[in-house]
Amino acid sequence: MIQLAFYGFAALTLVSALAVLLTRNVMYAAFFLLLTLLGVAGLFVLASADFLAVAQIMIYVGGVLVLVIFGVMLTSKAGSGTNTDSQRPNQIPSPNRIGNSWGMALLVSGGVFVALYTLLARASFALLNQPVGWESTIRTVGRQLMTEYIVPFEIVGILLLAALVGATYLASNRLTR
Amino acid sequence: MQSVDSHLFLIVGAALFSIGLAVVLLKRHAIVVLMGIELMLNAVNINLVAFSQYDPDRIQGQMLALFVMVVAAAESAVALAIVLQVYRHFRTAQLDELNELRQ
Repeated sequence: MIQLAFYGFAALTLVSALAVLLTRNVMYAAFFLLLTLLGVAGLFVLASADFLAVAQIMIYVGGVLVLVIFGVMLTSKAGSGTNTDSQRPNQIPSPNRIGNSWGMALLVSGGVFVALYTLLARASFALLNQPVGWESTIRTVGRQLMTEYIVPFEIVGILLLAALVGATYLASNRLTR
Repeated sequence: MQSVDSHLFLIVGAALFSIGLAVVLLKRHAIVVLMGIELMLNAVNINLVAFSQYDPDRIQGQMLALFVMVVAAAESAVALAIVLQVYRHFRTAQLDELNELRQ
């Protein structure tokens, strides 16, 4: 049962990631990214990281993806209608050197995958033979955040504040006038 | 309850990282390139979480994955603001057409 759920979530993740790669519409890519992030959240649950799965759904699906969809809508040209011509700003144009470019990029990424796969197939991690327990990690996460990781926690809070203030300043209209 | 073999998590992470790398290399719309970066960060998070379940006392991998997620959120906010300004300046978000530095 667990195996079946794992294969389902893994297939959801990989297929929708491939759809992000293959689709030509930026809006469809954003929605396939939503499916990918949900699949990754399911994989987190199966790896007994329940807090991280909920955080993944809240941060990525609730925050980052909404930002991405706002970005897609704000960077499409004005005067949108229902005909296909007005959707062209969302289309990814195919340049005339498309064969060469796809070949090179697929060579690089496929080479990375083959290298990682052979590495993982040959490696024998002694850690992975231990038994694992299924218990909630929320208590441990809270304890670790307040003891061992207190300094990174504060630093990342300041980083998030600075990034959000900077993002609102950058996105404001004052810079262009 | 029988758990999943962790090698499968690592293989899924490797495949997701490769797909994200292909998205970053192939796509020409700036926002889709950002989506590829998010995919790669998620692949790294899968690896961290897969190893972290054997460390239930300190869960260092999950803590690092949590910080990676926060930094990814900050990164995407700033990057989308920059893309917005680039679009206002050049009237396009295709990375191939951004080829001049002057006003």
